[in-house]
Amino acid sequence: MIKVLKTGLYSTIQDSGRHGYQDYGVPYSGVMDAYSGSMANVLLGNNEDAAVIEMTMTGPTLEFNCDTSICISGADISPELNEIPIKLNKPVQVKSGDIVSFGKLISGFRSYLAVLGGFKTENVMNSYSMYQGVTKQSRLSKNNELLVNAPLKDFTMKHAVIKVRDRHFTTKHIEVFKGPEFQKLSKVQQDSLFATSFTISKKNNRMAYQLEESLGNDLEPIITSSVLPGTVQLTPSGKLIILMRDCQTTGGYPRVLQLKETAINILAQKFTGGTIHFNLK
Amino acid sequence: MTYKLTYIPFSERSVLIQWPAIIDENILSDVVLFKEKIKNNNIKGIVELKSAYNSLLIVYDDFFVSFENTISELQKLYSEKKQNTKFTSKQWEIPVCYDDIFAIDLDEMALEKDLSKEFIIELHSKTIYTVYFIGFLPGFMYLGGLNKKLHTPRKSTPRLKMAKGAVAIGGEQTGIYPSDSPGGWNVIGNSPIELFNPKSNIPCFANAGDKIIFKRVSLKEYNDIKTLVDAGVYQLESEVIDD
Repeated sequence: MIKVLKTGLYSTIQDSGRHGYQDYGVPYSGVMDAYSGSMANVLLGNNEDAAVIEMTMTGPTLEFNCDTSICISGADISPELNEIPIKLNKPVQVKSGDIVSFGKLISGFRSYLAVLGGFKTENVMNSYSMYQGVTKQSRLSKNNELLVNAPLKDFTMKHAVIKVRDRHFTTKHIEVFKGPEFQKLSKVQQDSLFATSFTISKKNNRMAYQLEESLGNDLEPIITSSVLPGTVQLTPSGKLIILMRDCQTTGGYPRVLQLKETAINILAQKFTGGTIHFNLK
Repeated sequence: MTYKLTYIPFSERSVLIQWPAIIDENILSDVVLFKEKIKNNNIKGIVELKSAYNSLLIVYDDFFVSFENTISELQKLYSEKKQNTKFTSKQWEIPVCYDDIFAIDLDEMALEKDLSKEFIIELHSKTIYTVYFIGFLPGFMYLGGLNKKLHTPRKSTPRLKMAKGAVAIGGEQTGIYPSDSPGGWNVIGNSPIELFNPKSNIPCFANAGDKIIFKRVSLKEYNDIKTLVDAGVYQLESEVIDD
């Protein structure tokens, strides 16, 4: 059992999300940065979609009441074990009574803590991912006691540190495909989509990232239709919204671009004030 | 019926199939029928099917090797005769209480439309609605068929909290909020039933293509039904519709 002493700004349990329930209006949810989330799991010998803690900008303080191993990947939020810094992307043994805590954000925005076997919180519709209205809890709260699944197999500590793609955290290039309504844009709008350096507004969360710059918009709304994580919508005000993992299943704004799956992971490590360029694949 | 469909790639492992851009019951039937056909044919690799008014999204478990092959398989299936694909829809009777304690926007609507509250309630509860799809919130049904006299613009400032079960009108649509959520629709009643049950493998009772009627109940009946719903023993009334 692992006890939450402090929660951090916004910490949730996430796995690869809730699939097969879109037709009931249930969002996918799941780790925002699937690259880093699965990295933490794989390094521990877990299934890559085991449930992890996703933390945002600041981390929780956790008290371990069991002997196990953990691995932290994604954003560098200066993780510490009993106040001694630990490395990212490297399995670390923890003993009962140990405290894992976090400090200053050094790089990225979202960090993932995997535990041997994976977290075992409330499972709804084949997923541990927390989402308001689906799971009882929509985020971690103080004094939560988190259970852990039995590990897949005996884990032998590996000493290698995996080389993480630096580019994943530094690139401004967001690779996209044309969205279903791309052709409805004027030539000027199409060109400025790829020529503009877009700034991430303070309206950014697990549902969507809104961008500051306006493209202008004289398109009609569409008849409500499917959207996906990574869909870029053009709102009536002319601003763009990039849908993320907790997005609604359907929407009525023109879908002008669609992010590649790897680009969603890259965007998940960016936050307010960050800039991006769309690159057409 | 056969429509001219467009197939477009939407992300590296989804196909969006689009019907003509109109909201129409015949199109809905065709969308739902094609969705059933795909389900019954167990096409390899499909992990998600999601329909809306005039579209069907098909999500595969892996990136496309050949988008052309993927769509030609779907096109072939669409053009096959309808044998074996039987689609049965249901009509559900959903209790709604239009009492003043729930109908917080009914007075204003009556005033603006110069209609009596009683007449509005009657129009709302005497219509058979069609479930086009579920979206927006888990368990939120997009319903077609609202009487033109009841079309009402959304509120200029949305409420931060619409009560779970709120029966409301927004523009040309009516619907029930399955959970507490922000919303800009005009509230005229409340339904005591659960529209979304996350504990069930089939979390919503209705499907695209089903029909809904709102059955007017008194506040006393509402409370009685609510007690049964909370105890998990309430049975919704439904009947199978033969197409």
